[in-house]
Amino acid sequence: MKKNTPKGQVSKLNSGDIISGKWHRNEYSIIRELGSGATGTVYLASGKGGKVAVKTGHDSMAIISEVNVLKHFSRVQGRILGPSLIDVDDYVMNGRQVPFYVMEYLKGDSLFQFMKNHSEEWAGILLVQLLTDLSMLHRAGWVFGDLKPDNLLVVGPPSRIRWIDVGGTTQIGRSIKEYTEFFDRGYWGMGTRKAEPSYDLFSACMIMVNLAFPSRFEKKKDGRQQLKEVIRSNPLLANYQSILFKGLYGKYQSAEEMRNDLVSSLNNKGRFKVSAPSQTSSGASRRSVHKKIKKKKKRAMMFETVLLGSFLFIVYLFYLISQSM
Amino acid sequence: MEMKKGTLRQVLLITDGCSNHGEDPIAMAALAREHGITINVIGILEENSPEYHQKGLREVEEIALSGGGVSQIVYTTQLSQTVQMVTKKGMTQTIHGVINSELQQILGKESTIEDLPPEKRGEVMEVVDDLGETMDLELIILVDASGSMEKKLATVQESLIDLSISLNSRIGYNQFALFAFPGKRDETELLIDWTPKLNSLTQAFTKISSGGITPTGPAIKAAINEFTNRRSRRRLITGDEEEYSEGSGF
Ligand SMILES: Nc1ncnc2c1ncn2[C@@H]1O[C@H](COP(=O)(O)OP(=O)(O)OP(=O)(O)O)[C@@H](O)[C@H]1O
Ligand SMILES: [Mg+2]
Repeated sequence: MKKNTPKGQVSKLNSGDIISGKWHRNEYSIIRELGSGATGTVYLASGKGGKVAVKTGHDSMAIISEVNVLKHFSRVQGRILGPSLIDVDDYVMNGRQVPFYVMEYLKGDSLFQFMKNHSEEWAGILLVQLLTDLSMLHRAGWVFGDLKPDNLLVVGPPSRIRWIDVGGTTQIGRSIKEYTEFFDRGYWGMGTRKAEPSYDLFSACMIMVNLAFPSRFEKKKDGRQQLKEVIRSNPLLANYQSILFKGLYGKYQSAEEMRNDLVSSLNNKGRFKVSAPSQTSSGASRRSVHKKIKKKKKRAMMFETVLLGSFLFIVYLFYLISQSM
Repeated sequence: MEMKKGTLRQVLLITDGCSNHGEDPIAMAALAREHGITINVIGILEENSPEYHQKGLREVEEIALSGGGVSQIVYTTQLSQTVQMVTKKGMTQTIHGVINSELQQILGKESTIEDLPPEKRGEVMEVVDDLGETMDLELIILVDASGSMEKKLATVQESLIDLSISLNSRIGYNQFALFAFPGKRDETELLIDWTPKLNSLTQAFTKISSGGITPTGPAIKAAINEFTNRRSRRRLITGDEEEYSEGSGF
């Protein structure tokens, strides 16, 4: 986005650069870039208290807007939602003032990386975790908005989904600040862009769709019908069909409601999988993990993994349920 | 800081090349700014467009710069998301500008939001966010209907309906009007008169006959006139004046 401020683009920081805050006088030494997007660039850096993530950008309004959201998060009681906010300041480089904020560094895998090394049921579990967090956020009066795999990380162990990039987070009742078309119900012709819990639930469903179709797909004429067909014809998605339809059509009143449906469907599936382990071995993700092992050995191992996995999975479900009731 | 709620006046200009007829669009954009109207511009690029075409789109940046707005050059496939982003950013930038000029009155000549300590900046930003969400909006959309745009109009139409979804999710009220340039008879033609929702576009674009000239400057002038007439009409009816940014001197 070309903006009409004389400031222009901010030059990238390099490993070893030290930025020092003009107002609070804290110093951060840049280790490497973590990623960049529309609003700015995020760096891994070391500060007084250890490793942190530093986000800088040319658009001071967008940066401050995100800081405001992160501040509100820290006021939400109980669980920590987004990364916690550590510092907000400006640094000066080449005579130019650049705004930045410092947040907790979340070390983890992207959703796709994680799913590559884990079995299919994890998709459902991660979604349950996400819905638990969303329900807290919604109760605090906010909607996440730009919910998509890019803005999620799996940290751990124990594996847990966390969100980053709160740029789209919007107060309930307002219009969604930032969104990505594939995850946006407006794009699919299935609702408004008003910030309400059902907006996030739609995106949560689309994250599941994205896991099944990593390269995504474009909308054809009738978006609603298209999604319906996609879900029906895909084995991973068909498992969750009734939940996905309810979520996409805005039939859930709250994240808890959807979460509870998902938990009970996962419960049933867990039992099913113990008795029919060969079902999961067809997952493409698994194939890549055990590539080099001979076929027979592979099958035996797979059986064990699935058994163990299912057991852990059920224990984990109990843990999840007891935790959030 | 007290801010009275009012109406934001924005123009969204969608074009794919340089103007070649009538007033200088950059001058007209500067004039619009004096009227408290912000000009945002989207330049549409085709996937394999020739070099000279890309150069022509430099005008896009200059019009937005002089009209106090935001500009972006995109391929047709990204049009929808860009249209809503540019419009929203343009609105925010206008409010930001107004607040900066108020700050200057309080704190002295050189102060802007960026000069405040981060904590205070956060509070100001909440005000900006708040106004962007709740202020009423009058948006004039100017669509380049010159020959080269013909194939792109279906996408433009889709992106405008999408824009309407975004803006009508706000708390504030919206009014849209749509002009094409060149029109059938005149340099500029009103295709859709003021309306709160843009879902009646299907017929609008079929009325256009793509002409050979690109009168971007005259189109911006027509938008200024439309805003001015609308305001004086309204003043006649309601007897009050609550327009925003009038005479705020930014
Ligand atoms: N707290 C964090 N800990 C670890 N990594 C992070 C953190 N915040 C951001 N990142 C990494 O940096 C990348 C870019 O961050 P972010 O999404 O906030 O940027 P952005 O400019 O807002 O991007 P966009 O708006 O296009 O999504 C993320 O995808 C993630 O990989
Ligand atoms: Mg992001």
